[in-house]
Amino acid sequence: MSRHRGGGLLYRSVFRLFEGIGVKDARKRWERKSPFLQRAVPPLVIAALVILVMLPFRAPDPAALVLLAIVYALYVMPRGWRRWALPATILFFAIAYPFLIQQTNYQRFLFEVPIFNSFPSIDTMAVMAIFAMMAVGLNMVVGYAGLLDLGYVAFYALGAYTAAWLASPHASQFTLGGKPIDVNIGGVGVTEGLGGIHISIWIVLLAAAIVTAVGGILIGLPTLRLRGDYLAIVTLGFGEIIAEVAKNGDKETLGINLTGGPPGINPIDPPGFGVWLADHLGLPANYLDKYGQYVNFVSLFYWSAIVLLLITIFCSIRMRDSRLGRAWIAIREDEVAAAAMGIPLMRTKTWAYASGAFFGGVAGAWFGSFKQGVFPDDFYFGISIFILSMVILGGMGNVWGVVAGAALLTYLNQEGLASMSAWFNDKVLPCDPNVQDPAKVISGGCVNAPLVATGIYGTIIVLVMLFRPEGLIPERRRQLEFETGVHDEPLMDVRHAPEE
Amino acid sequence: MVWLAVNLFKDWSTFLQLSFSGLTRGSMYALVALGYTLVYGILELINFAHGDVFMIGGMITATFVIQVFDLSSHPSMSSLLPVILISLAVAMIGCGLLNATIERVAYKPLRSAPRLVPLITAVGVAFILENIAFIWKGPRPVSLPPNTLPTSAIFTLGTCPKCATYRWDQLFVLLVTVPVLLGLVWLVRYTKRGKAMRATAQDKDAAAMMGIDVNRTISFTFLVAGALAGAAGVIFTLYGTTIQFNTGFTLGLIAFTAAVLGGIGNLPGAVLGGLLIGFIQDYNEGLSWHAPGSAWTNSIVFGILILILVFRPQGLLGEQTPEGG
Repeated sequence: MSRHRGGGLLYRSVFRLFEGIGVKDARKRWERKSPFLQRAVPPLVIAALVILVMLPFRAPDPAALVLLAIVYALYVMPRGWRRWALPATILFFAIAYPFLIQQTNYQRFLFEVPIFNSFPSIDTMAVMAIFAMMAVGLNMVVGYAGLLDLGYVAFYALGAYTAAWLASPHASQFTLGGKPIDVNIGGVGVTEGLGGIHISIWIVLLAAAIVTAVGGILIGLPTLRLRGDYLAIVTLGFGEIIAEVAKNGDKETLGINLTGGPPGINPIDPPGFGVWLADHLGLPANYLDKYGQYVNFVSLFYWSAIVLLLITIFCSIRMRDSRLGRAWIAIREDEVAAAAMGIPLMRTKTWAYASGAFFGGVAGAWFGSFKQGVFPDDFYFGISIFILSMVILGGMGNVWGVVAGAALLTYLNQEGLASMSAWFNDKVLPCDPNVQDPAKVISGGCVNAPLVATGIYGTIIVLVMLFRPEGLIPERRRQLEFETGVHDEPLMDVRHAPEE
Repeated sequence: MVWLAVNLFKDWSTFLQLSFSGLTRGSMYALVALGYTLVYGILELINFAHGDVFMIGGMITATFVIQVFDLSSHPSMSSLLPVILISLAVAMIGCGLLNATIERVAYKPLRSAPRLVPLITAVGVAFILENIAFIWKGPRPVSLPPNTLPTSAIFTLGTCPKCATYRWDQLFVLLVTVPVLLGLVWLVRYTKRGKAMRATAQDKDAAAMMGIDVNRTISFTFLVAGALAGAAGVIFTLYGTTIQFNTGFTLGLIAFTAAVLGGIGNLPGAVLGGLLIGFIQDYNEGLSWHAPGSAWTNSIVFGILILILVFRPQGLLGEQTPEGG
C-alpha cells in the first residue's frame, strides 16, 4: 500500500526480520499482493502471536475470540459495507447487551477485561444512553451552532423537575378549588388515594421537552445577542441560578414548595405503558414486576433509553441537514457572512438553543424517572462541564463522535475509574485497603481515582483542545475549519471584528 | 435604594457593621477582579482558572500558618507579622509564576485558534487546579486557628448592643489591598512595562512593530494578575480563616461579575465593581428587613451579571483596555 511506502519502524523491521531469515525481497513481494490481503493478513498474524504468547498465562476466552472475530470482520470488509455494518453491529450489541451479560450474577459478565475488570452493568449502560442523549442535545448548540453553553445542566434540571411535578404525589400538597390536586392520566404505579399529579411517562417526556425548550428560548432571547464568551458566562450564570432555585425552592426559603428543597422530590412514578396499553398491545404496564420488584426494570429502562437515544440521534442528523441546520453551521463558520446571506441570526440561534434544550429536557425527565426522584445536588456546574467534555472529546459537530465520547466518559465516571484504581491498587502498586481513607485521593499507598474525576475531565479538555481540537472522531467539515481556519473571531485581533 | 434606606433607618448599627464588612469583602473581590480585567484587557480571554489561582494562594497561606509556623489562636504580633509577610511573598510569587505557566502551556498555543477554544481550555485548567488542591489538602475546608488576625475593635460607634465596630482584621485587609492597588496603578501607568501592557492591549500588531515583545508582555500580565490573586488568597484566608478546594471557583465567578459590572478591561471599574458586589453581598446576607439572605447570594450575583451583560455590556464605567489606567 502506498501509504506504507516509507514505512513505520515496526513495518520495516518486520521485513528486515524476514529478509534476515532468508526470504528474498520480502517487502517487494508483499507489496505486490492485493490490497485486501495486505489489509487482512497482518491483524491475523498479530492476533495469533498475542494468543500464542498469552497461552501459558491465560486460556483465550471464547466470548472474547468471537468479539475479536467480529471486529476483524468489520475491519477487513469493504468501506461501503462497513458504513452500514458498523452501526448495525453496534446497535445489535446495544440491544442484545442485557442478554449477553449474566444478570443473575452481577460479579461476572461476558468475560473479564484486563484493567477494567468487568463489562459495564446495565445500570451504567442506561445512564450512558441518557448522558449520550444530553450530549447529542448539547452538540446541537455547541457543535452545530457554535454557541458555547456552560449551563446545560439547567435544562437537565428543568426536565427532571417537570417530570417530578407531573408524575409524583408532590402536587397533592397544593389545593385547587378547595381540594388537593389529584390528577391521573395514564399514571403508572399509583395506589388509590395517593393524590398529586400522575401522568403517563411518555406524555411527561414530551411535556418536559416542551417546558425546557420554552426555558431555552426564554434564556436565549435576551442573551443570544451577546458575544460568544459573554454568552458562555451568562449561560453559566443561569445554570447556577437554576441550581440554587432547586436547592432553595422549599417552603422555608422560597415561600412555596416548588422543588422540595434540599431533599428534592421523590418518589417519581416508575415508567411503563399503563394498564390499558398492556392489555391491548402487550407492552409492559409497569417497568417493575407485579410485586413491585426491580427485576426487569433496568433492562426495560435501558432499551427504552436506547430507543429515545436513537430518536434523538435521528432528529439531530435530520436537523443538521435541514435548512435550519445548515444555517447553524453557516453561523458557526462566519456569523457576518451568514447574516449577509439573509440568515436571521437571532431566530436561528434561538432555535438552536430550543432544540438543544428540548433533548436535554427529555433526558432529564427520563433520568428523573430512572432514579425515581430528583435531588438538587445532582445539578451542579460540574455536570455541565462533564457533558461539554463529552462533546469536545468525541468531536464537536459529529453525532457519532459525541455519542462515543458520552459513552466513554459516563462509563469512566460510573465504573471505569473505580475499576482502574482497584486494578492499580491490586496489581501495580499493591496496597492495604484497610488503611485507605475513602475521602482521600492518595492514602496508605492506595489511589482513589473517582474522587478526581473532574480533574480528569479537565485534563481531557485541555489535552484535546491543545492537540486535537476537532475531537477524536471529527466531523470532516469541522476538521477542515480547524486546519485551514475559518476563524471568524480570532483571538488576536478581535477588536477589528465587527460586533454582530 | 429605598430598601437600603429603610434598612438604614430601622437598624443603623447593623447597617454600618455590614458596610464595614462589605468594604473589606469588596476590596478582596477588587483584587481578584483586577486579575480578570487585566487578562481580558490584553487577551480578550475570560481566564476561568483565575479564581482557582486565588484559591491556591489561600492554600499556600494555610500551609504556612498551620504546618510551617504552627500558629495558635490569638498569636502575638511578633509571631504573626513574619508569617503574613512570608506567605504574602510566597503566595504572590508562586501564584504569579503559576498563572504565567498556565498561560505558556495552555493558552499560548491557542492564540490563533477560534475564540472559544482557549475559553474551554481555561475551564479545563480550572478543574485541574481544583483537583490539585483536592489532592493536596483533601475535600474538607482547611481551617486556620480562630482569631489568627486580631479581631478586637479599633473603634465602636454607638453603645452596644446597638453598636457598630470596626475591627483590626478588617483594617488589615485594607492595609494589604490598598498598597497593592496603588502599586498596580503605578505599574500600569508610570512604568515602561505598564506602557507596554497598555500598548499590547490596544493593538498587538502595532505594539510588536514598535519593538514590544508581545509574548513577554502577555506573560508579564499573567504574572501580575496571578500575583494579585495570590495576595487576595492570602488575605481572604487570614480574614475568613477557612479555605476549601472549591472556594476559588464561585469566588472567581463573583469577582468576574465585579469586573463586568465595572466594565471589563477597566481597572478602576474592577475596583468599583468589586466594592459594589462586596456591599451588595453583605447587605443581602445580613440585613434584617426583607433581605433574601445568603441562600440566594449566587442568584443575586449572577442575576446582576446577566442584567449587566444584557442591558449594559460595557459596564458602569465603560469597557476599555488598561490604557485608561
